[in-house]
Amino acid sequence: MAPFDPTGWGSWAEPLIHVLLGIGFGFVLERAGFGSARKLTSQFYLNDLAVMKVMFTAILTAMILIFGCVTIGWLDFDQIFVSPTFLWPQIVGGLLFGVGFVIGGYCPGTAVVAASNLKIDAFFFVGGLLFGILGFGYTVPAIELFWHNAGARGVETLPQVFGVDPPVAVLGVVLLALGMFAGGEWIERRVAGSAETGEKK
Amino acid sequence: MGPKSEDSLDTSGLERVRQSRARHSRTRHSRTRHSRARPYWNPYLSGVALGFVLFISYVLTGHGLGASGGLARAVTAVLKVIAPSSVDHNGFFASFGGGARSPLDSWIVWEILGVILGGALSGFLGRRLFPETQRGPRLSRNARWVIALAGGLIVGWSTQLSRGCTSGQALSGGAVLAAGSWAFMFSVFGGAYLVAYPFRKLWR
Repeated sequence: MAPFDPTGWGSWAEPLIHVLLGIGFGFVLERAGFGSARKLTSQFYLNDLAVMKVMFTAILTAMILIFGCVTIGWLDFDQIFVSPTFLWPQIVGGLLFGVGFVIGGYCPGTAVVAASNLKIDAFFFVGGLLFGILGFGYTVPAIELFWHNAGARGVETLPQVFGVDPPVAVLGVVLLALGMFAGGEWIERRVAGSAETGEKK
Repeated sequence: MGPKSEDSLDTSGLERVRQSRARHSRTRHSRTRHSRARPYWNPYLSGVALGFVLFISYVLTGHGLGASGGLARAVTAVLKVIAPSSVDHNGFFASFGGGARSPLDSWIVWEILGVILGGALSGFLGRRLFPETQRGPRLSRNARWVIALAGGLIVGWSTQLSRGCTSGQALSGGAVLAAGSWAFMFSVFGGAYLVAYPFRKLWR
């Protein structure tokens, strides 16, 4: 039963599997156009909502497959890593992240992809990321209480928060995403064509 | 001529308009390289492909994808060479590789190497792999470099506050319905839309 534990398959297995997963990840991000800061930031100026579309289609696809496999008993959800909730650090961090995203034009994964395609600005962005992370290490002592305790609720999923069964939450997310896709297509038609970013319709 | 050939004529005409628009929106300097670039995948198709990669990751390894965690390990590894004691005496850095442990001994480091390879491969096949500075039409190249560095600083700091970025939190946590990951994701969009207008001269 899944998930598997590649560490038991030999010392080669874990590195190899993760390099292959990374290749798939990087390949798809670049295919989607996310190696371009102009394409990425178009999301925030509403003329090309590919960021929202790709992200929510990916979440829908993985979520349906994961919860489908859990339902038929092939995947053990308790063995899967679910990021624990640290509500306030995640909200404050997310807001700041969004500000930095608009200014810098990338997020960490897409910056690595852009740098791998020799986008010079992405090298500067990645340099900023590294120094920002270094800076956080030295900031931690001052904000330790907030970082560790503010809204720390442990592992908590949306079905638990809303008190519903997982299939109901999955259905809710599907409906939310479909609504966002429909709204997104409408906004794109209203704001401008996405032709200038070279997207294949 | 039947209606069938009329349809195909119409499509190729639209395609020509689209390509010509794409060409004219580029700077003169890099027109040739840009016009050789192949179109991106449809966003919904890209999303399904990304979702499959994420699902395979959960099945094979029990965890999702990530990016900022690998960079934090790279930072710690360099710091450990320059000033080993500052890694051991700081709880944040020590958690990645204090004492005898190597900060680079983690799956996420291998995954980042893969991301570099996969990104470069896709860009090469799509004729998008060439040196270039991605910037808005009003921004000079040097100004863009400084701005990119500043944006990176903010994003780098915040990824550690939120314990992950758009890959590890929004995408991976989102797919397993982690509550905090969803709070993070909506905060990212919220923060970005809040400042998009005041910063519009960077991109428009």
